[in-house]
Amino acid sequence: MSAAGPVAPGEVALRCTDLHRYLGRDEGRVHVLKGVSFEARRGQVYAIVGPSGCGKSTLLYLLGLLDQPDGGQIEINGRVMSNTDDAARTAARGEHIGFVFQFHFLMLEFSALENVMMPMRKLGRLAPAEMEARARHLLDAVGLGAKTHRLGTQLSGGEQQRVAIARALANQPTILLADEPTGNLDVKNSGLVFDLITRLAKEQGQAVILVTHNPEIAQRCDHTRPMRDGLFVG
Amino acid sequence: MISPNLRIAYRFLTAKKRAMFMSLSCTVLGVGLFIVTQATTSGFEDIFTRTLLGINGAIRIEDRLQDTMRSMAAAGASDFYFAQREGVKYIEGVEEPQRIIDALRDFANVRGVSAVLRGSIQITSSFKTEDAQMFGIRLEDHLRVSDLGQQITAGKLEDFRNANSGALVGRVLADRLQLAVGDSVVIAARGESRRFVVSAIFETGYREVDKTNIYLHLPEVRSLLRKPSGATYLQINLHDAERAPADAARMEAVLRHGAKPWQEREKSWLEVFRALRVSTGITVTVFTLIASLAMFNTLAMIVLEKTKDIAILRSMGYERRDITRIFLWQAGIVLAIGAVVGALFGAGVTWLVGQVPLSISGIFKSDRFMVIYDWRHYAAAIGTAVIMVMVASLIPARRAARLEPGDIVRGTAQ
Ligand SMILES: Nc1ncnc2c1ncn2[C@@H]1O[C@H](COP(=O)(O)OP(=O)(O)OP(=O)(O)O)[C@@H](O)[C@H]1O
Ligand SMILES: [Mg+2]
Repeated sequence: MSAAGPVAPGEVALRCTDLHRYLGRDEGRVHVLKGVSFEARRGQVYAIVGPSGCGKSTLLYLLGLLDQPDGGQIEINGRVMSNTDDAARTAARGEHIGFVFQFHFLMLEFSALENVMMPMRKLGRLAPAEMEARARHLLDAVGLGAKTHRLGTQLSGGEQQRVAIARALANQPTILLADEPTGNLDVKNSGLVFDLITRLAKEQGQAVILVTHNPEIAQRCDHTRPMRDGLFVG
Repeated sequence: MISPNLRIAYRFLTAKKRAMFMSLSCTVLGVGLFIVTQATTSGFEDIFTRTLLGINGAIRIEDRLQDTMRSMAAAGASDFYFAQREGVKYIEGVEEPQRIIDALRDFANVRGVSAVLRGSIQITSSFKTEDAQMFGIRLEDHLRVSDLGQQITAGKLEDFRNANSGALVGRVLADRLQLAVGDSVVIAARGESRRFVVSAIFETGYREVDKTNIYLHLPEVRSLLRKPSGATYLQINLHDAERAPADAARMEAVLRHGAKPWQEREKSWLEVFRALRVSTGITVTVFTLIASLAMFNTLAMIVLEKTKDIAILRSMGYERRDITRIFLWQAGIVLAIGAVVGALFGAGVTWLVGQVPLSISGIFKSDRFMVIYDWRHYAAAIGTAVIMVMVASLIPARRAARLEPGDIVRGTAQ
């Protein structure tokens, strides 16, 4: 996997400077992000915390190249991505970024295994048998080895969330962005998932950025960035 | 390996079985009924064509072109010659049939030639008198350029062959005169009259012919008409009747006589059949139109329902064109099933229709619904469905591809 090649941990995987984002139209237009700057290094786990509505998800969408900023710049592994075209951003998403959404995690008509294999099939780097082996391995790691063939609809919210984490890790991205990845999990499973994420970050040199409301989780991260009203504080 | 897009398409589709079923069943109906209409209209066209080829042959040569044109035509190519056609003068009949018959040996596609001498007559039976047309033929020659041998419904061709004063009388005419095989008739032409014996009765199915035609031996007609040489026309049969127009054009240029291919001779009827085929084809395309509207509707619905999935796919690196393809594949799957089932349905109904007893006569004779199986009908039916459904699917597919993942996850996608 070239993306997770032998890079010295500590190298900057993601950098954003002075990000601005407005949402809504006309009178409803809101200045949601007011000049956010941030840097994430490989092998490190970052927690973004803050009250509901302060702009955490909005920031994560921008960092995940799912949305475009109204001002500022985003660099992924040294390449400026904020002003590139859709094709380049799409390719970068597939190769470098794993994303876990806050809501709606899975494609519900597909089994857990198929969900995890979905990004691998698009990237096409592995043979089908290798894809399946890797997907099983990842599902094992999130504690769902016994439910690989369950459809999304047959999994609980927490289980779905764990499948989504396994899927985000499928292509061994250099950057993992997760919006409340442990929000639906009990203490045992949130610990399990968090341990998995941090272990991978250390082993594979991934930069992990997660949004969380759980102070315990936030504390165990390498860095915590509190956010308020569209800006990092403190 | 199955493309990931096709997999996703299949899964989206099976989640919306009922909506797809409408589109699928209309595709099946559209494809199937298109095939049936083409099979029946072509079936009737086919039997009509075969009937007329069986009566009149593929090409008829008559009317010598006037000599003054000879030098001009000889100098130029045949194109030039045709350009001059308006001004060409014709002299009725073929004066030296044998010379033309010899020249026709050079035409590889010619299967047989029959010199025919025609005249108007009155035929009288013990019951009454009718106007008719007599055709003087050499039987062996004429059997090679027509289906006369298969058209005999009473009596024997053998008896005609062996009797100098034998006559072959059309079915309708025989009925009108209340003639049976073995009866004698008097045929009068130009004041001359002579007694003939009905050797056999024929039926072509083409009423005009069965009502007026009488075949006699050529020498008898010559002496009745006092015409010791020449022919009214030469009837030609070809190995490949489809090539008749080209052959006729060449004959006209080489032989200096007017040569008419059957396609030109029967133009008005053939155009009726073509119009019928096109109009019935268009009518049943309504089903295909409904299929494409239903497909549009279903896909638009799936796009709305699956926006979140589209966002997930896009977040995983699936490109805009992947999204387009996922939706086009759904149409493709429905089309593939619709084409196969529709073709089988079409073939099945065609077969059933072919079993329907139906007595037709007038321009041809048939005792059941005529159908033919032609792969081109199937190709046209499927091609129409593919084009219409695909065009209708492009709109929702492209709309899905245009969705921005950021707008979708925030719930502000339109
Ligand atoms: N389409 C929109 N138009 C206007 N304002 C919007 C729109 N979408 C979101 N917002 C506002 O943007 C702000 C940031 O939203 P965001 O989803 O990033 O918050 P968050 O920090 O993730 O909150 P939570 O912890 O509840 O998930 C909120 O105040 C929200 O009201
Ligand atoms: Mg949020």
